[in-house]
Amino acid sequence: MKQAQTLYDKLWTSHVVREESDGTALIYIDRHLVHEVTSPQAFEGLRLAGRQPWRVDSIVATADHNTPTRDWDHGIRDPISRIQVETLDANIKAFGAKAYFPFLDARQGIVHVIGPEQGATLPGMTVVCGDSHTSTHGAFACLAFGIGTSEVEHVLATQCLVMKKARNMLVEVSGRLGRGVTAKDVVLAVIGEIGTAGGTGCAIEFAGSAVRALSMEGRMTLCNMAIEAGARAGMVAADEVTIEYLRGRNFSPTGEAWERAAAYWRILVSDPGAHFDKVIRLDGAGIEPQVTWGTSPEMVGSIDSRVPDPAQIVDPTKRKSIERALDYMGLQPDTPITEIRIDKVFIGSCTNSRIEDLRAAASVVKGRRVAGSVKLAMVVPGSGLVKRQAEAEGLDRVFREAGFDWREPGCSMCLAMNDDRLEPGERCAATSNRNFEGRQGAGGRTHLVSPAMAAAAAIAGRFVDVRSQF
Amino acid sequence: MEKFVRLDGLVAPLDRANVDTDAIIPKQFLKSIKRSGFGPNLFDAWRYLDPGEPGMDNLRRPLNQAFVLNQPRYKGAQILLARENFGCGSSREHAPWALLDFGLRCIIAPSYADIFFNNCFKNGLLPVILEGGAVDQLFREVEATPGYRLVVDLEKQVVLSPRGQAFAFSIDAFRKHCLLNGFDEIGLTLQHADQIRAFEAKRRAEQPWLFG
Ligand code: SF4
Repeated sequence: MKQAQTLYDKLWTSHVVREESDGTALIYIDRHLVHEVTSPQAFEGLRLAGRQPWRVDSIVATADHNTPTRDWDHGIRDPISRIQVETLDANIKAFGAKAYFPFLDARQGIVHVIGPEQGATLPGMTVVCGDSHTSTHGAFACLAFGIGTSEVEHVLATQCLVMKKARNMLVEVSGRLGRGVTAKDVVLAVIGEIGTAGGTGCAIEFAGSAVRALSMEGRMTLCNMAIEAGARAGMVAADEVTIEYLRGRNFSPTGEAWERAAAYWRILVSDPGAHFDKVIRLDGAGIEPQVTWGTSPEMVGSIDSRVPDPAQIVDPTKRKSIERALDYMGLQPDTPITEIRIDKVFIGSCTNSRIEDLRAAASVVKGRRVAGSVKLAMVVPGSGLVKRQAEAEGLDRVFREAGFDWREPGCSMCLAMNDDRLEPGERCAATSNRNFEGRQGAGGRTHLVSPAMAAAAAIAGRFVDVRSQF
Repeated sequence: MEKFVRLDGLVAPLDRANVDTDAIIPKQFLKSIKRSGFGPNLFDAWRYLDPGEPGMDNLRRPLNQAFVLNQPRYKGAQILLARENFGCGSSREHAPWALLDFGLRCIIAPSYADIFFNNCFKNGLLPVILEGGAVDQLFREVEATPGYRLVVDLEKQVVLSPRGQAFAFSIDAFRKHCLLNGFDEIGLTLQHADQIRAFEAKRRAEQPWLFG
């Protein structure tokens, strides 16, 4: 009998081109996503070595990190950002791609939003991108992970990567999530539990009834932040939800190929009894809305908790990092999370900028006003298509009437490479994935939350339990 | 890639856990389309007192004297002593490029984030893993001893302290081989081009929807 395999085992085995005796393997890459920030040096390397891309039709590219979120008719004002975007234009023109969604294209958007949206991310694939949040695509039962620029060049030139197999880790969330509790809260709770290095060296499979009940959007949110748990890859087994999401997408197979593909996708699950090296179990019903209070995603607590007191921490390295974090965040020990007031709200990023996220935020905002003390509340849809869909549903009006800015798609204030950023000392409720020092602008203070929690914070001017808002 | 064989270098201690790649090289510097020139902006937000932007004259910027790499005794350091989960966060290879451009050739820490760890090897920057107790001891020694140097011998896989103490470390054989020889990994992989083509053809036949 064949040994029981995990989903990761299956994905790995089906992509091994060759393997050395020490386990170093050459892994074939099916889909290569490319954006402007991590690709210029890779294309340059290719050019210098006189090489060509191995398989142009594996490449899907877009410009997302540097693009502005308003006044698109003025182009990209920052000259350095503009050069980087134009460099991608030129490289795609010179080397080719299956699809390119440049700045101003109606389908442009965050690379991790447009891949799935176009059906360019399919179950059973290996998906890479010079971007750590490539883990997002694992929601489709893919082996998807971020790579560095040298590896981008390596994939361009050889369609392969040299790597060793990671360990299998299972995160099982049983039961049902409470109302107002989302995939974002689940993944923040998981990171709070295992820490930002908890998944280092592992590929995480998210499973359990609470995960099965999530939409594809929710599963993407979950896998997106696998990297914040230290794992390069996160994944969810394929099921009918996966297959239905992909039906009729731009690059999805059709006709007889669709039937064959769907049949194959249905086996992309972990076999009963498959071995995991590490297992974490959480009860979904016990998870509450989460808010980060520090400068690492593991510095997180539920909405009804308090900021910790470093004096109570025994481990000196940990105590020092909490002290440093509270100092940077301008927070006193023991402050109730609900007493933290905010200056800005950012709803967007590859974690939470899909249509479901915008619907969740809009349902909280509807008929209310952003608090007068909030300087800026902005919604940045993940892609042009998400934006259009939201407008068709009237969500843009809901946000605008409440006092939100309704912007053009892109990474925006998730990392503040464009003009959208926090000023020093400003405090932001953000639906993105990183609360590192300076991530949203030098001196800026980021609190990570779900879209519904960000919306509720915008209305109240401080963090509130979204469950009290229904 | 530059070879790494043996390094006898000055050590600088960075006593923080979870140092992320956003801190190593902030995003505004990622707009560059080159691989070089990131050194002056390594740890920019910690090193300078003013907000840094590309194109500034970094020599004229006010330094944060409290930051360890600004202290004269660590000037010219080639080895960075660090804490757990070094290099977490973004996949930006600009992080190792900045560390190298600054003059560092080796990092010693109890653990690293996976992507950063991987990126180091592609650039001839050696990330050594020593267990927490050894790292604690090195932190104490380097802080107590101005001019503290370590020898990192990749061939023998050991870190030697000035008092002759040897800390062995393990490293993947393939990576060691590439570092010692300064190999271009792409060239090595292309030696297997026929095998890649054969694999691809089979895959195309079995799952044609992945191609085209
Ligand atoms: S939205 Fe943020 S995390 Fe996602 S790809 Fe863009 S910058 Fe990276």
